[in-house]
Amino acid sequence: MSSEWTNAELIQQYGIENPVMPYLRQDRLPHIWCPGCGIGTTVNCFTRALSESKLNLDEVVIVSGIGCTGRVAGYMNLDSFHTTHGRAIPFATGLKLANPKLKVVVYSGDGDLSAIGGNHLVHAARRNMDLMVVCVNNFTYGMTGGQVAPTTPLGPTQTTMPYGNFETPFNLPFLADACGAVYVARWTIYHVRQLAKAMKEGLEKKGFVFIEAMSPCPTLYSRRNRLGDGVDQVKYYKERSIIRNGADTKEVGLSFQGEIVVGKFVDRERPTWLESMNEHLGRVLGDKFTPYGV
Amino acid sequence: MHADPKGVMTGVHFIDGDHAACEGALAAGCRFVAGYPITPSTEVVERFAARIPEVGGCFIQMEDEIASSIAILGGAWAGKKVMTVTSGPGLSLMMEHVGYAAITETPCVFVDVQRGGPSTGLPTLPAQADMMQVRWGSHGDYMPIALSPSSPQECFDLMIRAFNLAELYRVPVFFMMDEVVGHMTERVVIPEASEIEVVERRLTAKRPGEYKVYGTDGSLVPEMTKAGDGHRIHVTGLTHDERGYPAMNAMAQDKLVRRLLAKINAHADQLVDVQTDGVEGADIVVVSFGITSRVATAAVDAARAQGYKVGHLRLIVCWPFPAKLFAELAGQVKAFVVPEINMGQMVLEVERAVAGRARVVSVPHPGGTVHEPAVITQAIVEAGR
Ligand code: SF4
Repeated sequence: MSSEWTNAELIQQYGIENPVMPYLRQDRLPHIWCPGCGIGTTVNCFTRALSESKLNLDEVVIVSGIGCTGRVAGYMNLDSFHTTHGRAIPFATGLKLANPKLKVVVYSGDGDLSAIGGNHLVHAARRNMDLMVVCVNNFTYGMTGGQVAPTTPLGPTQTTMPYGNFETPFNLPFLADACGAVYVARWTIYHVRQLAKAMKEGLEKKGFVFIEAMSPCPTLYSRRNRLGDGVDQVKYYKERSIIRNGADTKEVGLSFQGEIVVGKFVDRERPTWLESMNEHLGRVLGDKFTPYGV
Repeated sequence: MHADPKGVMTGVHFIDGDHAACEGALAAGCRFVAGYPITPSTEVVERFAARIPEVGGCFIQMEDEIASSIAILGGAWAGKKVMTVTSGPGLSLMMEHVGYAAITETPCVFVDVQRGGPSTGLPTLPAQADMMQVRWGSHGDYMPIALSPSSPQECFDLMIRAFNLAELYRVPVFFMMDEVVGHMTERVVIPEASEIEVVERRLTAKRPGEYKVYGTDGSLVPEMTKAGDGHRIHVTGLTHDERGYPAMNAMAQDKLVRRLLAKINAHADQLVDVQTDGVEGADIVVVSFGITSRVATAAVDAARAQGYKVGHLRLIVCWPFPAKLFAELAGQVKAFVVPEINMGQMVLEVERAVAGRARVVSVPHPGGTVHEPAVITQAIVEAGR
């Protein structure tokens, strides 16, 4: 990988050797996230996945939507796009289809991806668009001050559910699975090794990859619901998580401070949209077809 | 640069405006289209979907117009010339990404085959009522380019210009057709690829580290790069500095927004394009665009036969509006007559430019069909009294 930073310079500048630094835009630090927020931990896992993958980082592109997690793209030392609210997936689709050589990662929050962007999520999974989607799920809208999300479990209070949430939430792994994703996993920010490994597998997988990363929002969700600080949420993740690889995604829905089923739920093969297009048009049109992106 | 012959269907064809627009896009080098079906524009993407497998490129029908309008922006940043195609309600859904294209300076073409509105309105019948929407429809200040073809031949010819302008100025370019121009079938001559001039993207030669994604080096339009070229760019819809980094303060906003407007306004003289007939020495000038200019021609002829000194001015480029030209004409002309298939949109620009120095007569039409030429003739006669 090409980086302007050598370890020697890092040691000189920071006094420590931090393997994460070359993957970040250091001129954009410090980041905007609150103390105890889990988004940064997921980014740490992502940098590990990048460093362990064999990918040419010049060809890895990260796309975010809007929100606290939407800021991730801007901190990564990759080609990065901070798009409009909910539309990271269709923007990423355009990138991938216009240059199939790119490895395109969508990194955004639960509200961005499953509420305003929900339609794009289901269709990209259905098409098996070759994208890795990292969905940081903190059960709330952070950037706008803690409103109810499609992921908010039944019960907790949000600014727009002042008497507690009465809407049934999405079970995101089940949704992604049902729509056709070829790789579906859920981890929490307590499970840093597993999350980094899932991201590495996701980067190497062809097709639509969906990784849910449960992450605390101490500033809004936790405080409003008296759940303590970031560390208290990580303790909860530690105590109530059960690893069940291959679990039936129907069974992995989340409840308020209840049991969390984590693991790699789906890992299967299916032709991507581009593979299907090339295969189909090649068969139907024969010599008249100009194979695309191969 | 000459057009890539793979996309050019040289010959004499008998096709409608929608099909001609698609051929124009292919000749211009458009190789990625994302669209969503909507009458009366769908034929453009249907033809693209049928043609692109042989030309070499990609078409995808997205899940909605919101997705289409941002998929093309991703496509542009991956290095392709891109287009989406829509009509009325679809255009309304795309507005947020018109703004995103404007602030991120993404070259792209939006085709709008106009139909009657508001809302679902008249899906199969014409209007020219989106003229102000494309100018002002996305929030904030920006300046797009809009072209208005009046025949299938122009759907081909002007489409090439639309793509060239998108590359030159890095703005969303609107291709303002209407249902009649889209569905009317006429002779369309497509020249040899070697006779078609296309503008290729100005990609930076700077190395990673030297290149700033929005560095303008004193010009108004930055050089571009594409994802995967190693520049490690950051692109955001937030107000940003030359590095593309968010810069949320009044100073950065001032610098960016002024440049986004200036890159079009400072080049307005080169951009504007009108076709005139007998404007010199005329007492009355009829101002028209798109399909209405063909109806207006009959009205002008009829008024001339009655002895009126009438000129005809057709806007080929509607945005930027040729305000300077109208200000000059205002000293010589008694009245401007402005027929358009809307309740009075471009006439507001004429009034603004003329600034009370000549009479401006609107000839509105709510849409569903074109004007009766006699209605325009009558307006000319009344203006001439
Ligand atoms: S508001 Fe919540 S999600 Fe946003 S940065 Fe702060 S802790 Fe993280």
